[in-house]
Amino acid sequence: MAGVIDHLIIVPILLPLISGAVMLLLAERSRALKGGIGIATTLVLLTVSVGLLQQADAMPATSSVRTYQLGNWPAPFGIVLVLDRLSALMLVLTSVLAIAALLYSLARWHRVGPRFHTIFQLQLMGLNGAFLTGDLFNLFVFFEVLLAASYGLVLHGDGTARVKAGLAYIAINLTASLLFLIGASLAYGVTGTLNMADLANRIPHLAPADAALFAAAAAILGTAFLMKAGAWPLNFWLPTTYAAASAPAAALFAIMSKVGVYVILRLWMLMFNGDAGSLAGFGGNWLLFGGMLSIAFGTIGVLASQSLPRLAGYSVLVSSGTLIAAIGTGSGAVIGSALFYLISSTLGIAALFLLVELVERMRDPGADVLAVTMEAYGESDDDPEEEVGVAIPATVAILGGSFIACALLLAGLPPLSGFVAKFGMMAAMLKMDGASVHASTWALIGLLTVSGLATLIAMTRTGISSFWARMDESIPRVRVIEMAPVVGLLLLCLGLTIGGGPAMRYMEATTQSLRAPQDYTTGVLQAPRAGSQRETAQ
Amino acid sequence: MNELVFAVAVGILTASGVWLLLRPRTFQVIIGLSLLSYAVNLFIFGMGRLQVGAPPVLENAEAIDPALYADPLPQALVLTAIVINFAMTALFLVVLLASRGLTGTDHVDGREDT
Repeated sequence: MAGVIDHLIIVPILLPLISGAVMLLLAERSRALKGGIGIATTLVLLTVSVGLLQQADAMPATSSVRTYQLGNWPAPFGIVLVLDRLSALMLVLTSVLAIAALLYSLARWHRVGPRFHTIFQLQLMGLNGAFLTGDLFNLFVFFEVLLAASYGLVLHGDGTARVKAGLAYIAINLTASLLFLIGASLAYGVTGTLNMADLANRIPHLAPADAALFAAAAAILGTAFLMKAGAWPLNFWLPTTYAAASAPAAALFAIMSKVGVYVILRLWMLMFNGDAGSLAGFGGNWLLFGGMLSIAFGTIGVLASQSLPRLAGYSVLVSSGTLIAAIGTGSGAVIGSALFYLISSTLGIAALFLLVELVERMRDPGADVLAVTMEAYGESDDDPEEEVGVAIPATVAILGGSFIACALLLAGLPPLSGFVAKFGMMAAMLKMDGASVHASTWALIGLLTVSGLATLIAMTRTGISSFWARMDESIPRVRVIEMAPVVGLLLLCLGLTIGGGPAMRYMEATTQSLRAPQDYTTGVLQAPRAGSQRETAQ
Repeated sequence: MNELVFAVAVGILTASGVWLLLRPRTFQVIIGLSLLSYAVNLFIFGMGRLQVGAPPVLENAEAIDPALYADPLPQALVLTAIVINFAMTALFLVVLLASRGLTGTDHVDGREDT
C-alpha cells in the first residue's frame, strides 16, 4: 500500500497524458464519451492533488519535500519530481480550474474545433509537470508541452482574431523558450548541473568570474519566466491573446501566467537566498520594480479597456504584477499573503473569463442604454420605488451577482478573499522594513490600492452598461452547466474567506519551507532510492 | 581557433535571427526563429566545452579520466531541443499559413502598413 502512495506523485503527469492519448483514438464525433473521460480524468486529478496536498501538509517543517525518482536514480544524476507544499498547492489550483473550464466547455465550446479534449489534457500534463519537476531541463520540456497545448487552445474555435493573436503569441513564446534554453545551458556550463537543489548547493561555492556568468544565466532565465508571467514590458501580447481565446481556454490560461510566477518564486527563493554568498538577493529589485510597473501598466489597461475580455486580460497583468512585486520584497510574511492572493486572484480571473462570455451574449448593440432594473445590479439603495415591480429574470440576477463577486474579488474589497489577501500583504509590508517604511514600500502599497480602485471603477462601468441595460429582448440563453463553474469558482473564493485561518496557516507553512531552502536541497539530494534502504545517498 | 570559429558562427546566426525576427513578414519571422534556434542549439552544445575526437560514452568502468571524454549531457539536451524546435516551427508554419489565408496578407499584424 505504501508503494502505491509513493507513486501518487507522478499521477498528475501520467494520467492526463494517457487520457489525452486515448481520446486521440476515439472518433471526433463521440464527444459525449470524450467529455465523460475528460471530466473523469480531471476529477481523479483533483482527488489525487488534494491527497498530495494533505501529504505535503502532514510533512514536518524540517523535511518538507517528497521526491519521486524516475528510473530509481538518485537526485543529481537522475530526474526527480519534487512535491512540497507549494507544488501541491499549485496542483490543486490547476485541477480546480481544469474542472471548471472543462464543465463550461461541454455546453458549447468543445464542439467548435477538433481534438479539444486531447489538447486540454496535454495542457494539464504540462502544467502539472512544470509544478512538480525538480530540474531545469525538464522544466523546459514541460513548459514546451504546456505551451504547445496552449497554442492549440488559443487557436481553438478558429477565426481571424484568434489566428492573429495566436501568431504573435506563438512567436513571443518561441523566443522566450529560446531564452530559457540559453539560460539553462549557461547555468549548466557554469555549475555542471541542472538539478535545482544541486544548483542551489553549488552557487555559494562559485568563483567570482563564474558567479558573474551565473548571474547572466539567471537574468536570462528570469527574462524568459517574466515573459510568461506577463511582467511589463514583456506583456503586450497577453491581453490580446487572452481576450481572443475561447472562454474555457482563457480560464485555464489564468493559471498559465502563474506558472511563470511559480517558477520565479521557486528558483529565486532556492538560489538567491541568504546563503548564496555574493549572489544573495540577486535581481530582487528588478522583481520589485518590474512588478510595480506591471501593476501600473495593468491598471491603466483595465481603465482603458473598451471590452470585457480585454479588461479580464489586463486584470491578469495586475495580478501577475502584484505577485512579482510581492516576491521581490523578499519578506516571508508578504509572500505568504501573496500566495493567498495567487489562489484568490487566479480563481477570480478564471471565473471572470468564463462569465465574460455569458455577459457578452447579453450585450446587444443597444445594451449601453441605461435602463431601469437597478436591482439586477444589486445592492444600490437609491432605486426609484416605482420600478420595484420590474421582473428580473433569474439568469440576469445570477450573472449580475457573479459579476459583482468578481469585481469585489479582483478589486480586493470585503467580504471576499481578495480583501483578505490584499490586506494581509499590505499589513505585512508595513511591518517588514522595521520602524520606518521605505519609499518603495509606500509606492507598492499605493499601487495596490490604486489598482483595486481602478478595477472597481472599470468593472462598475462595464457592469452598468451590461446589466442596467434594457433587456426586453436581450435575456441571454445560459445553460446551467455554463453557470455552475462560475458560481462554483466564486463559492470557492467565499470558502477561502471563511476558511481564511487554516488557508493562511498553510500559506505560512509554505513560505517557511520556501525560506529554508536547505531543507529542500537535502530533502532532494539525500532522498533514499526506493527498495534499497542501505546504499542511500551519502 | 576552434572556439573562435564556433563563437563567431553562433554570433552570426543569432544576429541574423534577431534581425529577421523583427521584420514585418511572417516568413522572415519563421526563418529568424529557425536561425535563432540553430544558434541556441550550438550554444547548448558549446556549454559542454568543445573537444575534438572525444567520445561521449565511457568505454570501460576503470581508469576514467573525464577530461578525455566529451560531456554527453549537452548533446542529449541539444537533441531534445532540436526535436521540440522542429515541432514548434512546424506548428508555427501552419498558423502562418492560416493567417495568410484568413487575412490575405503575410504581414505579422494581419494587415499592410498604410
